[in-house]
Amino acid sequence: MSAVLEAEALEKRYGSDVAALRGVSLAVEDGELLAIVGPSGSGKSTLLHVLGTLERPSAGTIRIDGHEASTLSERSLAALRASAIGFVFQQFFLLDGRSALDNVADGLLYGGRPLGERRARAEEALVRVGLAHRLEHRPNQLSGGEQQRVAVARSIVGEPRILFADEPTGNLDTVSGQAVVDLLRELNRGGTTVIVITHDRELALDLPRRVELRDGLVELDTAA
Amino acid sequence: MTELAPSRLSARDVLRVGAVGLRARRLRAALSALGIAIGIAAMVAVLAISESSKADLLSSLDRLGTNLLTVSPGQSIFGEEATLPDTARAMTRRIGPVEALSATGTVAASVYRSELSPAAETKGISTLAADPSLPATLGATLADGVFLDTASARYPAVVLGSTAARRLGIARAGGGVQVVVGGRRFTVVGILDPVTLVPSLDSAALVGFRAAGRYLDDEGDVSSLYVRSDPEDVEDVRSVLARTVNPEQPDEVDVSRPSDAIEARAAAKSAFTSLFLGLGAVALLVGGVGIANVMVISVLERRSEIGLRRSLGATRRHVGLQFLTESLLLSLAGGVAGVALGAGIAGAYASSRGWEIVVPAVVLVGGVVAALAVGAVAGLYPALRAARLAPVEALRSV
Repeated sequence: MSAVLEAEALEKRYGSDVAALRGVSLAVEDGELLAIVGPSGSGKSTLLHVLGTLERPSAGTIRIDGHEASTLSERSLAALRASAIGFVFQQFFLLDGRSALDNVADGLLYGGRPLGERRARAEEALVRVGLAHRLEHRPNQLSGGEQQRVAVARSIVGEPRILFADEPTGNLDTVSGQAVVDLLRELNRGGTTVIVITHDRELALDLPRRVELRDGLVELDTAA
Repeated sequence: MTELAPSRLSARDVLRVGAVGLRARRLRAALSALGIAIGIAAMVAVLAISESSKADLLSSLDRLGTNLLTVSPGQSIFGEEATLPDTARAMTRRIGPVEALSATGTVAASVYRSELSPAAETKGISTLAADPSLPATLGATLADGVFLDTASARYPAVVLGSTAARRLGIARAGGGVQVVVGGRRFTVVGILDPVTLVPSLDSAALVGFRAAGRYLDDEGDVSSLYVRSDPEDVEDVRSVLARTVNPEQPDEVDVSRPSDAIEARAAAKSAFTSLFLGLGAVALLVGGVGIANVMVISVLERRSEIGLRRSLGATRRHVGLQFLTESLLLSLAGGVAGVALGAGIAGAYASSRGWEIVVPAVVLVGGVVAALAVGAVAGLYPALRAARLAPVEALRSV
């Protein structure tokens, strides 16, 4: 197995005295399913942003899918996000007024594929998340769980190497939350590397690997 | 490791993404486009109306010709009214390129509807002696009846200008209608249409020179000479006219070209137009500020969308382009609607005036281009703000 994500001594400081990450190292193998868990303020959200290349670290290196992220230009980072990384957010971030299909197709928008192909693949992705019957529904016509599944479909439609899920169940009731977690497991069984960021210890304990974060440092890594 | 293909957004997708934001907020989009539409419509309508009216003036000039010169007595060096010498007509006829020549002379006689009309009610009608060739020289036409001919010029016959006829309450010539000129009854033989080149004839009553001498005791000194010359030689004729008419005192002769006055009127309309054009530009500016305003609010409201798009692989440029496109589409819609509205207003106005409708293509294209330019300027700052937003910053803002 090869590492799809390698982070070495990551630091992230805001200003001179706020340190969100104080030297985090982490290696994730291809096809893993892991949880990054910690209380609020532990730096897990910052770690997600840095690993997902949405934010540059103050120090340290990240390799994603073989690309040295710290040396890439802004444009190359955008390309990396378009092709290799998928995100699922706690707030879904679906665009109102657009159908589920169009929302999912937007996941391929910046890859330069023609609209027809984007929509065909979006439909496949929606079928994969179990929403074949909700293609033309708008976000406000869907339940929270369904909305999050649309968001998951959007994140996987480009077949990324890594899927980051930031508190994916945070806005959902227990049943729909469980459904989303089951969906993530299923995607993982299909080969996608899934990294779930959560403060929910119960959810984290359920996953094969757990990285516990506290005050910007790794406190426990069950794979180590 | 795979080679990184750069993030791409085709021109079509840029348009699509730009349109999505508008479709989600239709009312707001329509209202902000309306601001632009009003400005553009005002400018297009003003330009097209002034073009139509100018075209109308110039086409009447084409019809009437620009080769007519008017000779009238000026003032002597002592500031007194000068007169044209008796020889003026004969001398002018000798100028080579002169094709037609007619004279009118002032006659001291008032015109009344009947003998019972109060003497003070002259109705501002002047009496002029006129050559029978006058309508031909001036391009004047008759609304009714006939003009004076060599026969009727000797008898008490009168032709009324259009305004004079209206003031006297006479709609038709013939049928023995008579008016009182200088205390004598004259039969109305004709009524003129308005004379574009010499509007002063409209309020005149025209009699023959002979008749003036015989019945009104005023032979009618020539007060105006109308000279139609070869169009090529108008300026040459003009330069020698004063000297020919009055060799002794050429300074006491005024020579003018009535068509100049019409051209000046056309030019004056242009000056008037720029005022309204300025007002239209202000409306357009306000429309542009409206769009900028809506776009700034839109960027603030859609921070999470911006963050999401960045996470999906959009570059800063893609995000900036999206908002700029949105602004351009808004202004394009406003511009197209404005051009259509403006052209419609101009068309309705021109046809109500009986003018030919002239909407220059450059105005139509210019209207849309102006709208787009306003949209580009208005959208630039919001687009830059959207592009500069850090993805994490944008995602955190919910």
